[in-house]
Order: sequence, then C-alpha cells, then structure tokens
Amino acid sequence: MPSICFYFQVHQPVRLRHYTVFDENEHYFDDHKNSTICRKVANKCYLPANRLILDLIRRFDGKFKVSYSITGTLLEQFQHYSPEVMSTFDALAQTGCVEFLAETYYHSLSFLYSHEEFIDQVHKHMETVKYYFGQAPRVFRNTELIYNNDLAALIESMDCFDAILTEGADHILGYRSPNFVYQPKGCNKLKLLLKNYALSDDIAFRFSNRDWAQWPLTAEKFANWVGNVNGCGNVVNLFMDYETFGEHQWEDTGIFNFVRHLPEEILKHPDNNFKTPSEVAESYDSVDSVDVPHIISWADTERDLSAWLGNAMQSNAIHELYRLEKKIKKTNNEKIIADWRKLQASDHFYYMCTKYFADGDVHKYFNPYDSPYDSYINFMNVLGNLHSRCSDQAIGGEVCSTP
Amino acid sequence: MKVFMLGWEFPPFISGGLGTACYGLTRAMDQLGMEVTFVLPKMVAGQYATHVKLLTPQSKASDPSFALADLKNVKFCPIGSLLQPYSTPETYHRQIEETLRQKQLLHGGKISSASLLMDSSDYSTDMYVEVYRYAEVAAELAFNRQFDIVHAHDWMTYPAGIAVAAASGRPLVIHVHSTEFDRSGEHVNQTIYDIEREGMERADKIITVSHYTRNIVISRYGISGDKVEVVYNGVDRCGSWPLDESGIKKDEKIVLFLGRITMQKGPEYFLQAAKKVLGIMDNVKFVMAGSGDMMHRSIEMAAELGIGHKVLFTGFLRGEDVQKIYKMADLYVMPSVSEPFGIAPLEALDNDVPVIISKQSGVSEVLMHALKVDFWDINEIANKIVAVLKFPPLQMTLRSHGNFEVRRLRWRDAAAKCARIYEEMLAPV
Repeated sequence: MPSICFYFQVHQPVRLRHYTVFDENEHYFDDHKNSTICRKVANKCYLPANRLILDLIRRFDGKFKVSYSITGTLLEQFQHYSPEVMSTFDALAQTGCVEFLAETYYHSLSFLYSHEEFIDQVHKHMETVKYYFGQAPRVFRNTELIYNNDLAALIESMDCFDAILTEGADHILGYRSPNFVYQPKGCNKLKLLLKNYALSDDIAFRFSNRDWAQWPLTAEKFANWVGNVNGCGNVVNLFMDYETFGEHQWEDTGIFNFVRHLPEEILKHPDNNFKTPSEVAESYDSVDSVDVPHIISWADTERDLSAWLGNAMQSNAIHELYRLEKKIKKTNNEKIIADWRKLQASDHFYYMCTKYFADGDVHKYFNPYDSPYDSYINFMNVLGNLHSRCSDQAIGGEVCSTP
Repeated sequence: MKVFMLGWEFPPFISGGLGTACYGLTRAMDQLGMEVTFVLPKMVAGQYATHVKLLTPQSKASDPSFALADLKNVKFCPIGSLLQPYSTPETYHRQIEETLRQKQLLHGGKISSASLLMDSSDYSTDMYVEVYRYAEVAAELAFNRQFDIVHAHDWMTYPAGIAVAAASGRPLVIHVHSTEFDRSGEHVNQTIYDIEREGMERADKIITVSHYTRNIVISRYGISGDKVEVVYNGVDRCGSWPLDESGIKKDEKIVLFLGRITMQKGPEYFLQAAKKVLGIMDNVKFVMAGSGDMMHRSIEMAAELGIGHKVLFTGFLRGEDVQKIYKMADLYVMPSVSEPFGIAPLEALDNDVPVIISKQSGVSEVLMHALKVDFWDINEIANKIVAVLKFPPLQMTLRSHGNFEVRRLRWRDAAAKCARIYEEMLAPV
C-alpha cells in the first residue's frame, strides 16, 4: 500500500441540432456536430491515451491497472463514427488489467426522478458492457458521482455490485481521509470508494496551470506525494474525466509524458501498487461507515447538484422531461423512447447553467450553445415536439399491453 | 477638471438615445465633481423658464445660460439653432420651412421671409451651413471661458468642437454615438461622412460607445486604433417604483418595440417576426412605441401582413409613459440593423423586462443575460419570442439575472473613464 486506483470516465452526449418552435422534423440530433466532435476527441484523446495505457500495461507486465466507465451513448457513437476506438478498448479489455464499471446507459440523472428508469438504464449498460468487453461489471458509479445513502441502498438491493464510487467530499468525511475503504451507512455488503479530490484534481485541473505553486507536475513529484500516503492510507483513488488526457489538458502541456512515466515512478517504491476498484474492495475492509443524507457529486466547488439544477430553467426542463415518462413508455415506440432517453443526458442541463456564466471556464469550453438561455429554449422546443409525437401515437396507434 | 461640452438635450425634452446619453454622462460627471459648460442648440430660449432655475436673467446680448437645480456644477449655454438630434439635410430643411410657415400664420403673409426668422441669429436653410454657423457661435461662447478639455457629441457638433479647440488651444475629444454607416447603411451621405471624418482626424482622442462602433471608425474612416477608446453607455435607475402591479390586468402578452421607427432599428424585422409568432400563438399583442420616418410604412406593413389588429402604435412616448409601457411589457425586442450601442434594452432590464437584442449592436458586447439574434433571422426572433412567452422559468431567469447585470452598467463608470481619458490627454508628454 497504498494502492493507486485509477478510474476514467468516458462520455459524450448526443447533442441537439438547432430546433425552433417551428420545426416539425422528428430528428433532433446534430449528427454532423456529434460526429465531428467524436472524431476530434478520438484523435486528441481516446486513441493516443488508449495506446499509451495499453503500452504501459504491457510494459509493466500486469502491474499497471486502470478502470473505465464508458457510457452507452458514447459506445453507440463509436460504432457510427470511430470504430477504431472500439478496437483499442477491446485490446485493453483483453489485457486482463482493465476493469469496466457500470453506470446509467444514458448518463442521466434518472436516479433523482425515476428509480424504475434508473434501474432499466443500469441493466442496459451492464448488458452492453458484457456484450462488447466480455466483463460483467461489479462496481457501480452514478452519473457525475452523484450519491447519497438512498442510492447506496438501491444499489445494494440490486444485489449485483460489490462497491460504489463517489466524491471524497470534505463535508461527509469530516476529519477522515478518502484514502481508506468505507461502507455506506445502512449497507451491509456494499463498499464505498471515495475520490481523493486533491490528488485527482492536481492531474485533471491544475496540471497545466502555471500559476500553481506546484507547477510543473512531474511523475516523480506526484509519486512522492502518493508515497506520503504510506502508513496513513490504503488506497489513493484517482477518479477523473478521460478527456483530461489530450482535451482538458492538451498534449503540449506534457500530460502524456507525465502518464508515460508515472507507473515506473510509482512502482519505484516497493510498497506501492495499482489496483482496480474491484481489487480494492476485495483487498481492504471498510474502516468506517459514511453517512451521506444529502446528495453530493464531483462537480464544481460546491460538489452538489447546482451545476445541473441550480436555476429555474434547469429544474423546469428536467421536471417536464420526467413528467413524460409514462406517456413515452406507453407508446411502445422504440424510436420515441430512445429519443426521450437521449434527452436525459445530464449534459443538456449542464449547458443551461447560469452559475459561472460571467467567467469563461470549463462550463463554457464544452458548451455548444452561445448562452444557457439558448440551450433551454432548444431543449424545450425538442421536448415539445417529442410530447406531440406521443399524443399522435396515443390517438392513432394500437393499444399494446405493457411488457 | 473643467469640460466644455457640446451636447444636445436634457430632460424633459429628450428625443432619443443621443440626448439620453449626453445627459446621463453629464449628470454623472457632475456627481464626480467635474465642472461642465454644456452648450446645446435650442430654438426658443424662453422654453425652459418654468423648468429650470435661471442662473442669470434672460438678456438679449450677453450670457443666456442657466442651471438645473440638481446639477450643481453644470452650466447650460443654449445657442439658438434648429439643429436637432437625428436631423438629416431633408428633415432640417422641412423644419425651417415649417417654422417659416408658422410665423406667417402668426403675422400674416405680408412680411418677408428674412424678418420672419427669430431672435437675432440668422438660421441657415442649409443644414451644413448651419452646422458651421453653430461652430462659429460656439467658438464665440467659448471665448473668455476657462476649461481644460473640449468634448463634442455626435457629428453635428464636430466642427464646433474643432473651432472651440482651435480658438482656445485646448485638446478635443469627439464622442461617436453613431456613424453614417449605422444611419444610412451603405448609401452614406458624402458630405456628412466628410464632416465625420474631419472631426475624427482633427480630434486628439475619439470615444466610441462600443467596440462595434470602434471597428467602424478604424476600418471605414481610416483612423488609427490607438486614438480610439471605448466608453460604454450606461443606465441609471430613475427612482424606485411601487412593487405592486399598477392594476393593469391583462390576459394578453405584450411584446414591445421601443425606439425610433426608422430603417436602422429594423422595424420590418419586428413585424415579420410578429407575424410568425401570431401564426402559432394568439394571445399576444405587439406594441411599437416611438415615431420616425418609417412609422407610416410600418402601419401599412402590419396591415399588409394581416396582423394590423394585433399591432399597436403609441407614437412617441416620454417621461412616465415610458415607465408605464415597460411595466406592461412581457418582452422587449431590439432587432436593430446596426446599433452603435442601444440604451433602451438596459432601461427595459432595469424595469424587469427581459430583452431580445440584435447581435449587430454595441450593447450585445456588454449584456450576457439577454437573448441575442441576428437581425435578419426572423425565424429565430420569432422562436425566441415564443419561448419567452411560453416558458415562465425562462422569463424569470432572464429578468432576475438581467436586472442584476445592468446594475454594473452605470453612468458614473462611463464618467470616470472619460475623466481618466482627459487626464491622460492633459498629462505632460
């Protein structure tokens, strides 16, 4: 110990095209934009990062391990736009050193609004992962690491997971360190892995910031920090967006070089090792139970839901979306249901955030809209059209018994 | 700091953005303790006897200046002239003719035209000549007065600014509130363009109301960038109003266009968008508040589009009526073709009305909590109008954030920036 546990989140939403209230076309998505972005990120991030990780795994002969969670919506886009990325993930799966996690297929906030829908999406995701990578996920993470006691209870009741990931937020840990395995309050079997946000964000956010006191961050320096956990922690959970490697941190910051040298620096200390989340859950007992009555997440400084639900537009949009659930499912129309599910991606609501509108920062860089108002208007127009399709179905379509 | 300012109007006789801006800036400078001699064209000097506190008694020869009670450091010096904001050579000529006609009605038809012109000044029937005559009179006024800087607002006062600066040896700042390209599109009036350009070349410093306008000054007038600074216009809350609704119960939504009804402001785009909106929403009325050379054409157009019964024309509004119309509006739309700044959206936001503004405007550089469109994109304008009227959360968020945003766009910041520019100009090289 400590065991380094890397987890990379891999996701792209299916972005909407410009949709006015006068539009009647039932195709809501901007295929051109989505395909362009998918290929761009593939070239800047997914392909070079996957190749690098693959190389490192082979070089260190099983000692270097990582884990991923790839959303269903992105897996679909890889099929359409960049199948070569799938082959690299395939190769990674074959190494035996890569674990795939489960999440909601559509990267949704469905846990907050419909447990039925949430469970459906998780199952669908697990089936998809099994299909592509031959692995049955045993570790779960919710969209944007959104978590509370209720989520843990629900996951435990599904009886197919060993552990769940979330943010090591200060206000739930108190004096305790995220570098141990915990147990969710009220659970018996499930284990809780908490992100070490300080060390994770050093790589994911601060890496290229020249004003940072620790810039430049070398693999050696980082390995030393990790090594300091020795004796006062079992695990260092480094959870981050995969786009850190090449997109959030561009290649010229030296991020790939950093990763290239990291395993050897870490493994220089014989006490250190790399583990996947399942291995961590298996190797270490939980040291305490953690009570999280109110929702936390890994987003922004607040680490709560304000990035997606902080203003009236966001709450309204998401509320209207889930209000349609029964109607949508009643149509039994695959296309309508799939469209509705693609609209559930948390990104759509993220774009409507007015929190940091004044400061150009991470929110804006990945926002396809000029303003949060434009994204709300667009989303609501699409939702309006989707709703009208349901009514048409109800009037003209045949009545089927629910499956 | 003493400023010799060549401006336009002051309340309650404000006819548009230019007057509002001059007044707003001067008032803020007054509050900063700067002393301003404010020269403005006025037809009838006695018009203000009831509205202002006279500084010196009215006399035919010497100094007919006056002050306003709440502007301690500003001295107003009117010059008899028919020049008005937004004048064109044609409108000016019509004005002279109209004035003559009225005098003839008063005195009978036997008196010669020459003696019909009032006061002792000879108004010229030609606007350009009048502009230069104004300059002469201004230079005379400036004689024997002490000031540090000359500040001229809008093209008609540029020759006056040049004259005063030359006579006094003080530096000249010209303030570009609009250019011929904004007012007349590509068919610019060459004479006016020449006057604008000369003003820009002779000035020591140029202030524009937006980067949008600054770019025009640099690219269309050949001026060097380091001579041009941007000072955004502002808005000041004109006192608090009661929080309760004014008792106007309305079932219908009201979409407001407020401004001069002229080509520059895009009235036809407003009406085309209105038609699209009315195609899918019924309980909405469109109000055009203002007057201008396209007003009649707009009334015709509304009728031609078949929406005449849904479009109301209020004519020119001032004072309390402006507040009232903002209170009734659910949305304010500014589809300007080319707007150097655009103060009205700020006033709308100040009155809790969400706004849709043209991207081809200076104010879109400073506002974030506003919906923005390309002026020609009628479909998108209509799309956004429907969205605001249909979705209360959208309206609420725009209103509260927008209202908060305008609080940092105050005239005192503009005045402070002008003061800084003056100081840089006066600093020994």
